[in-house]
Amino acid sequence: MGEFLQYLVTGITIGSTFALVALGFCLVYNASHVINFAQGDFVMVGGMSAVFIMAAGVPMALALLLAVGIGGLTGVLLYKGGIQPAKNADAIQLIIITVGAALFLRGVAQVLWGTGYFSMPGFTGDAPIRFLGVVMVPQSLWVIGVTVAIVVALGLFFTRTRLGKAVLATSYNSDAAKLMGIDTSVVLLVSFGLAGALGAVAGVIMTPITFTHYEMGVMLGLKGFVAAVLGGLGSFVGAVAGGLILGITEAMMAGYISSDYKDAVAFVLILLILFFMPSGLFGQRGVERV
Amino acid sequence: MMKKTLPVAALAAAMIGLPAQGMADDPVRIGSFLSASGPASYLGDPQRNTLRLFVDKINEDGGVLGRDVEWQYYDDHGEAGQARTFARRLIAQDQSDIVIGGTTTGATMAAVELFQRQETPFISLAGAVVVVDPVKEWVFKTPETDRMAARQVFADMERRGITKVGLISGTGGFGASGREQARDVADEFGIEIVMDETYSPDDSDMTAQLTRIRGNEDVEAIFNFDFGQAPAIVTRNYANLGIDRPLYQSHGVASEGFLELAGSAAEGVRLPVSPILVADILPEDDPQKAPSMDYLEAYEAEYEERPSAFGGYAYDALMIAVDAIERAGTTDPHAVRDALESTSDFDGVTGTFNMTPEDHMGLDIETSFRMVEIKDGTWSLIED
Repeated sequence: MGEFLQYLVTGITIGSTFALVALGFCLVYNASHVINFAQGDFVMVGGMSAVFIMAAGVPMALALLLAVGIGGLTGVLLYKGGIQPAKNADAIQLIIITVGAALFLRGVAQVLWGTGYFSMPGFTGDAPIRFLGVVMVPQSLWVIGVTVAIVVALGLFFTRTRLGKAVLATSYNSDAAKLMGIDTSVVLLVSFGLAGALGAVAGVIMTPITFTHYEMGVMLGLKGFVAAVLGGLGSFVGAVAGGLILGITEAMMAGYISSDYKDAVAFVLILLILFFMPSGLFGQRGVERV
Repeated sequence: MMKKTLPVAALAAAMIGLPAQGMADDPVRIGSFLSASGPASYLGDPQRNTLRLFVDKINEDGGVLGRDVEWQYYDDHGEAGQARTFARRLIAQDQSDIVIGGTTTGATMAAVELFQRQETPFISLAGAVVVVDPVKEWVFKTPETDRMAARQVFADMERRGITKVGLISGTGGFGASGREQARDVADEFGIEIVMDETYSPDDSDMTAQLTRIRGNEDVEAIFNFDFGQAPAIVTRNYANLGIDRPLYQSHGVASEGFLELAGSAAEGVRLPVSPILVADILPEDDPQKAPSMDYLEAYEAEYEERPSAFGGYAYDALMIAVDAIERAGTTDPHAVRDALESTSDFDGVTGTFNMTPEDHMGLDIETSFRMVEIKDGTWSLIED
């Protein structure tokens, strides 16, 4: 029983990090139908910035805020420099632009910060919490708490604010949205900026647990993407559910069967989902507009 | 980097002219292909720095055999195909008398066959046993092997009466090879591996695997064989789980970076390290003390950072090559090769080398790795 709980807690922590990346995928997807493959690298930018701003002697809280700001700026720059100039391109071409942006970000990070691994202290200390024979670090609670807070905030943003509704309208039909007086380029700018900031938030809260380095976005982006598809692309609740399912399944696999097969879990899950539930667990069934 | 070196190399080859090997005023040509950029840059970069600095120093001190040393270097970006291309160029075009390089096992093995065929002495900087086992006539190496690291760890366990071990390793190249070697040599020390867990190198949490190991009452010690950031995560997870059995790491984590990442969780962790890492605290009569301090001081003065064990491999390779050429009294490849093979009692920074026709590395566990325990955030030697 103690073991089961330990695997569960471990799985929830890892799963929350996948969920945070998946949320970023959903955000951009909702606004533009683009899969932003630089999402994992936004996470890296956030984590690395925080580490190096702190190393420069800036107090932690301020450093975290600055890092999130840098993440948001990175998202805005990706839109201004890559997506906007190609605005009449198909989603598929835009997706390829994001792949290029991801490689670019990794290259810049390598030149700026080197290829080493970096860590920073947990927000509220590193002393492990023990209960019922289960161990977790306080930072895990931060990861889980922030994930929940972000889902709620995103839900409110899309249902209660004009800007959020404008993003949704643009996502459904950008021509109609324009006719209704929505400035769609501002909507996209906001989406990419938010996705960058969201990625950076994920980066700064997971760095004390997972460490950060210039290539951390690769695997994280992949797992986050699986989580997003699993939950149904575009659904925020689905993204979180997908992340948790993935994390918990991996931990159980490593705990009860064999850690050798752990990484296959993500890929088997995505195959099953695509075969049997192509729109994911929480995605809306695709209705073709005629 | 490559774009810049290519024309220079071509120009140099043109200026030197091809024949006239072995003339008194001819330079001694040392060639290198290193992974100074790309994924293995943390290995190759200090090696390039080391060779550049010490070739200059050798020339300032009058060169080798009274001749200048000319050093030709290429960056293979950690790609085996590139390594092979540059090895061929070093042999055919640059007429290297001896080649030092092959930062990774992949780069080395891609080029080995060329040196064998063209009969050019080659000192590899790669770790794996396969480089010198089976013995290849023209191929030597200076780094310790993962097999020796496993032996050193098990020897320490044997001294402490530990017989049952839980092994946890990464599935990357280094971890997988280490796992294999550890399983292979455990018997020699009467040690049984009762748990054998793995994780993928990108994993951010190994609590599940460690929980499994903790659940096995038989396990008396845990041995984590891997490099990079993963062992630091293992160490943290191990400390958080409050496991009361000792944790051993491999030489793969022997860097300041590990101490930083693992933090206080690393207290009490034991591991084998290259002597250079603990040069400051080695006793004065230690055969590795003097060469290590010489190397450290020169490197730090030039680059203002502490060199790693990886740079030390290149330093040893260069000094062994120079020593062999001096003893051979010529740069004739056969004479140099024979001199390399008869290197004996050579006190390097990695250990004391005793090469033989059967052993082209020449290190044993007595004279190379030192066991250390991490205390107060730094390395401290374990007395035998």
